[in-house]
Amino acid sequence: MPILILADHDNVTLKPATAHAVTAASKLGSDIHLLVAGRNAAPAAEQAAKLAGVAKVLLADDAAYEHALAEPVAALLVSLASGYSHVLAAATSVGKNVLPRVAALLDVAMISDTTAVVSADIFERPIYAGNAIATVQSSDPVKVVTVRTTAFEAAAATNSAPVESVAAVADPALSSFVSVELSKSERPELTSARIVISGGRGMQSGDNFHLLEAIADKLGAAVGASRAAVDAGFVPNDYQVGQTGKIVAPELYVAVGISGAIQHLAGMKDSKVIVAINKDEEAPIFQVADYGLVADLFKAVPELQQAL
Amino acid sequence: MKILVPVKRVVDYNVKVRVKADGSGVETANVKMSMNPFDEIAVEEAVRCKEAGTATEIVVVSVGPTQAQETLRTALAMGADRAILVQTDVTTEPLAVAKLLKALVEKEAPGMVILGKQAIDDDCNQTGQMLAALLGWGQGTFASKVVAGEGKVAVTREIDGGLETVELKLPAVVTADLRLNEPRYASLPNIMKAKKKPLETVMPDALGVDVTPRLTTVKVAEPAKRQAGIKVPDVATLVDKLKNEARVI
Repeated sequence: MPILILADHDNVTLKPATAHAVTAASKLGSDIHLLVAGRNAAPAAEQAAKLAGVAKVLLADDAAYEHALAEPVAALLVSLASGYSHVLAAATSVGKNVLPRVAALLDVAMISDTTAVVSADIFERPIYAGNAIATVQSSDPVKVVTVRTTAFEAAAATNSAPVESVAAVADPALSSFVSVELSKSERPELTSARIVISGGRGMQSGDNFHLLEAIADKLGAAVGASRAAVDAGFVPNDYQVGQTGKIVAPELYVAVGISGAIQHLAGMKDSKVIVAINKDEEAPIFQVADYGLVADLFKAVPELQQAL
Repeated sequence: MKILVPVKRVVDYNVKVRVKADGSGVETANVKMSMNPFDEIAVEEAVRCKEAGTATEIVVVSVGPTQAQETLRTALAMGADRAILVQTDVTTEPLAVAKLLKALVEKEAPGMVILGKQAIDDDCNQTGQMLAALLGWGQGTFASKVVAGEGKVAVTREIDGGLETVELKLPAVVTADLRLNEPRYASLPNIMKAKKKPLETVMPDALGVDVTPRLTTVKVAEPAKRQAGIKVPDVATLVDKLKNEARVI
């Protein structure tokens, strides 16, 4: 039986996370169908059709799906699920919101945040903030799985799969969209950036984050933060890298004034190269850093900006 | 409106867990346990609703072993009115917990269920969504702001890249994110008072729910260790290493 993936998009653009979910699905060895549920979402569907390994794109175009509300999108997925062995989504805020609802409606267990596909019914997933890796096996008729995007490469955009329309199903009408407030940033998105520079409590204030922003702009990097910095109100919550924030695995991760609590390490320790700048040489962040610089960040960071 | 708040007893967030030598799980014997931090935020939100006059009663529920009574007492000390323990020694999966909660919701008829978005032990992030699905209710996940109105609730959600506000019909399920509030510490007088608040125990069978896990844990292993790196003496060396050794800039 084929595999169904819920695409993450904003009707105009397909989110890069979806391409990673396609790669995870390709390890399962069946046809992959990608569901684009949205309103006037043909542009997103066209991009979805380009992903290598996708046999078919299903486009459900209806006002109810415009904002990817969990209730109508889950109802749609459930109506389609009987023809599929797996229902997948990237573990983004959409996938994490919708898929557990789908699993419960299908009366099956769910596997969150898988990091490796062992076989069609066996998956690895991190538990305890990544301090242990559980290998779990599902015997349910439909496997409902979210995919940790950093654990799988993005599928290439080399395909031209057919796009097929599917009918909308009745909207349960339990929720309605009110508004959205997206952080405006010229910088790349945290989870897909090639370089991430993050600040922690050591930054001392939100204003001081401009030191990191200056470097980010030079390197084309995204800016992140530890939970401590978010808790202290230095930066908004969507900057947070860690167990309960964003999981990132860029080519280069620069941790500035971050001590390295396990909850933070859980969100970045799979980065290719890690740099830590901290004045406390005992800080646990140095245990995972490829390059550690014991220094006062207020001296080192401006120096780094000059040197780049 | 009555608010139901499910809470989970988990390994304290400061504990560095160790994987058992036989690969069957992580060591939980003689380890400090606490209320899941996101559930503390959920309890706090319910208490604030009561203080603001939008909630009339707060019922806290935990699914777990006898010791989960301590977690419930903590919630009572924070300001909940009464507690229900669904007692089981089985490591329950989110689907089973959602079914147990559904049975209790049908008995208690709350206007809202508030719970943490994720437990920090299994990191599943499923129970609230599953409960909403089973009840046929709307869901406001990853909430950073909750404003209850007449027959509806506005929930501001932490989404990738920003904030989204949705309006849900009541009754509804809300899952708490980090920035919803800062939970209070229970005062000593309140801890003493909490000991006298009612705590009822029920068995999963009595609720007609089979809690047998659906997933088989094949093994639990340590994650791959990162090789320790080097310390560099100054910024110039760092830039040189990044350019010429790691070749990432």
